[in-house]
Amino acid sequence: MEKLLQINNIHTSFQTHAGEVQAVRGVSIDLYKGEAVGIVGESGSGKSITMMTLMRLLDNNGEIKEGEILFEGKDLVKLSEKEMEGIRGNDIGMIFQDPMTSLNPVLTIGDQISEPLIKHGKMSRSEVRKKVIDMLELVGISSPEKRMKQYPHEFSGGMRQRVMIAMALICQPKLLIADEPTTALDVTIQAQILELMKDLKEKLNMSIIIITHDLGVVANLCTRINVMYGGIVVESGKAREIFYNANHPYTWGLLRSIPNPKLDTKERLIPIQGTPPDLLKPPVGCPFAERCDWAMKICFDNMPENYNISEDHYSACWLNHPDAPKVNRNDDGRDN
Amino acid sequence: MLKYILKRILSSIITIWFVITVTFILMHAIPGGPFTSDRKLPPAVELNLNTKYGLDKPMIVQYGTYLVNLVHGDLGLSMSTVGLTVNQVIAGSFPASLKVGICAILFALIIGVILGIFAALQQGKLWDNLCMIIATIGVAVPSMILGPILIYVFAVQLGWLPAVGLDLPSNYIMPAIALGLYYMSFISRLVRSSLVDVIKLDYIKVARAKGLSKGKIILKHALRNSLIPLITYLGPITAGVLTGSFVIETVFGIPGIGREFVQSISNRDYTTTLGVTVFFCAFLIAANFIVDLLYMVVDPRIKLED
Amino acid sequence: MQYSKDMFEFIPKEEKNYNRVVRPSLTYGQDVWRMLRKNKLAMGGLVFLIIIVLAAIFGPMLSKYSYTAQNLDFADIGPSAQHWFGTDKFGRDLFVRVLEGARISLTIGFVASALSVFIGILYGGISGYFGGTVDNIMMRIVEAIYAIPMTIYVILIMVVLRGGLNSIIIALTISFWVTMARIVRGQIMSLKEQEFVLAAKTIGASPLRIILKHLIPNCLGPIIVTLTLSVPDAIFQEAFLSFIGLGIAPPLASWGSLASDALGGYQLYPYQLVFPALAISLTMLAFNLLGDGLTYALDPKTRR
Repeated sequence: MEKLLQINNIHTSFQTHAGEVQAVRGVSIDLYKGEAVGIVGESGSGKSITMMTLMRLLDNNGEIKEGEILFEGKDLVKLSEKEMEGIRGNDIGMIFQDPMTSLNPVLTIGDQISEPLIKHGKMSRSEVRKKVIDMLELVGISSPEKRMKQYPHEFSGGMRQRVMIAMALICQPKLLIADEPTTALDVTIQAQILELMKDLKEKLNMSIIIITHDLGVVANLCTRINVMYGGIVVESGKAREIFYNANHPYTWGLLRSIPNPKLDTKERLIPIQGTPPDLLKPPVGCPFAERCDWAMKICFDNMPENYNISEDHYSACWLNHPDAPKVNRNDDGRDN
Repeated sequence: MLKYILKRILSSIITIWFVITVTFILMHAIPGGPFTSDRKLPPAVELNLNTKYGLDKPMIVQYGTYLVNLVHGDLGLSMSTVGLTVNQVIAGSFPASLKVGICAILFALIIGVILGIFAALQQGKLWDNLCMIIATIGVAVPSMILGPILIYVFAVQLGWLPAVGLDLPSNYIMPAIALGLYYMSFISRLVRSSLVDVIKLDYIKVARAKGLSKGKIILKHALRNSLIPLITYLGPITAGVLTGSFVIETVFGIPGIGREFVQSISNRDYTTTLGVTVFFCAFLIAANFIVDLLYMVVDPRIKLED
Repeated sequence: MQYSKDMFEFIPKEEKNYNRVVRPSLTYGQDVWRMLRKNKLAMGGLVFLIIIVLAAIFGPMLSKYSYTAQNLDFADIGPSAQHWFGTDKFGRDLFVRVLEGARISLTIGFVASALSVFIGILYGGISGYFGGTVDNIMMRIVEAIYAIPMTIYVILIMVVLRGGLNSIIIALTISFWVTMARIVRGQIMSLKEQEFVLAAKTIGASPLRIILKHLIPNCLGPIIVTLTLSVPDAIFQEAFLSFIGLGIAPPLASWGSLASDALGGYQLYPYQLVFPALAISLTMLAFNLLGDGLTYALDPKTRR
């Protein structure tokens, strides 16, 4: 399989009046053509910032301190703003979390959807119009000719998210980044949107990176998963591997805290105690050590190495060191 | 739509009625009538004048008569200038005020918006700070002080601009600036903060993610949204320019309606004061109404509700 | 890299501290003050105002001239060692008169603002909290008053009340409370839908208690800002009135009346206008800077 995207050792920081916040501290992620990859983690883990770094859409006080992002043979970190403008919306599309605030309220949706097309392509007015109508049909919005003249407030949340998808995909990008696309939606609509994304991925032969804190979403859509915590990737591998053979204690914790309807209802949910680390003064060692049930002395002092558990399965955890004690856990990640 | 317009007209009428009543009461609460102050008139003459203007009748009757006349568009006779109706006073002086007022508002809007945009785009840098310093000073210096200062510097010392009257186009420059500087500063601060806020919003991030250039994002996406709050202030700005005219016309010797108003007060010219007040209010209510309509045109989210 | 065996020992949970708070938490007031302190312009404004207030209170006592003492031999003299700001056409020392003017103008400003804030909070609080018909009627009244420029009302009221310090304060209060009432009502309307109000009601708090203890303290931000910006507005209005001849009667002096008096001869004696003008402008500037700083410090969006 061919690689489409390679994120190598990215470090991103923000200058705030309280000091430098190290949001992304050495993240590397691969993406192959035609696959869907999930990035899972809680708020503050750095997953969104990593993607904003990729798109070079950081705020003014954000800075890429180190690393490269290879996309189609180019290092996105080194491109000029103008070159990036040519890529955004064209080769890489992105959709965001909150459909209620992501559309400009004073412009029609037809106008907003045609913008990337007008910017990146050289088509006539009528060609643009036709493409917009086709796209609206593709994402499942009925009466597109009428709807495209309407304003965002005339659409429901789920509809708006479909509009967002149409906007992001109208130039048929090779990569779609979806940042928590279903978090702000009702559960039933969530399912529809995910199905839509799956469908479009096949039709347009597109790769997808989906960011979420919801493991259910990831299970549905992704072939590979990256788990992030405290600004680093703590575990990555094929979806099946992660679910059934999770290695990192944080991943165990995530899996443990999902309600499982099949199990005996007397079992309690086990949430992960504690709060995420302060990225103004990030911990020297493993960011999860504080909250980890199996933390060792070395975990606090040294950043864990990335251990290759099995094919394509990596875990940044000292428990994998030959000298570390063996730990018992079940297939679904529950500790005995 | 029609229902809305009717509602507005109804509430406007109530408001104007309220204003007339309050003004009427206030005017007649002043001790002494228009003919008792400085001039020492023989009692017989005074009685004649009072009868002529209906001042000898009970208050209620005077009030009623006034309202009836008002419905016919008749604002009465001026008490200080014989033979002149209030309508004529207004018609004669309003055009001058209107011209200066429009110049002031245009100055405030155009310069204010441009400064505000520049400041927002250069946020934190030199140009931003400069614009904001000018704006902050502009908000703090009252027009009545700015006027004489401008005259002193540009007319007396430098001789570049004429000091009084409205004969030449250049006459309009200083009054417009003196009247409008406060609002220019206010507008530029408003536009700046509004634009800065809008730029942080999600849909701007989305626009960037589509690959649109910065210029296009500002002009097409950000600007329209950030100018909407400005429209809300157009009403009070018009009102302020109107009241500012009282002083500016006095200082610059402009034969406008503001000056008439001020003089009518010192002259105890009831009818003129009352008439001008009613005229002002009607004008402002109409202006506010137009602003609300404008609001609905610009923002598609606004529906025609109360 | 080789690690010693003891590095791989578990650390028992008690030694880790969960939910350790990294930075000490501040009260709302302390947080606001801290942000304000960083704003040099706002602090400059505050310092200037404190100086002016002190000068207004103590200055006239320290000067050898009284503000009414006329000395026609020394009329219309420019600034000198004896008369720091020069003299007016009656030979009165302008420095003392400007300080005296500070007393009057600032008193008017503070008192009128404070009174109007008080009335406005009550009116707006009640209207906003009860909503419905009560609110409807109360707001119709406010809108009828608001539709007309305050200046016109103030002028008319002043004509009736015939000038004087108290009259000005009354007139200004009457015109200012409306703005405050609107702002408070707006804040309360948006706050009362929030859950902490529902929570208070569930415990059985009375409306008055809810208004006073829960809602109004949360409105304090805009209230303080409006208050800070009302004072210069009052000073401005008073100056305006003096210009039209409806302000303070001589020999009392306010900055506005001093400026107005100076209008006659300012082309020959510009200093007579300059000093009161500077006083007004700098004071208004100081209030505005302070008001801006407060707006920024109190805005929940800019605070962490």
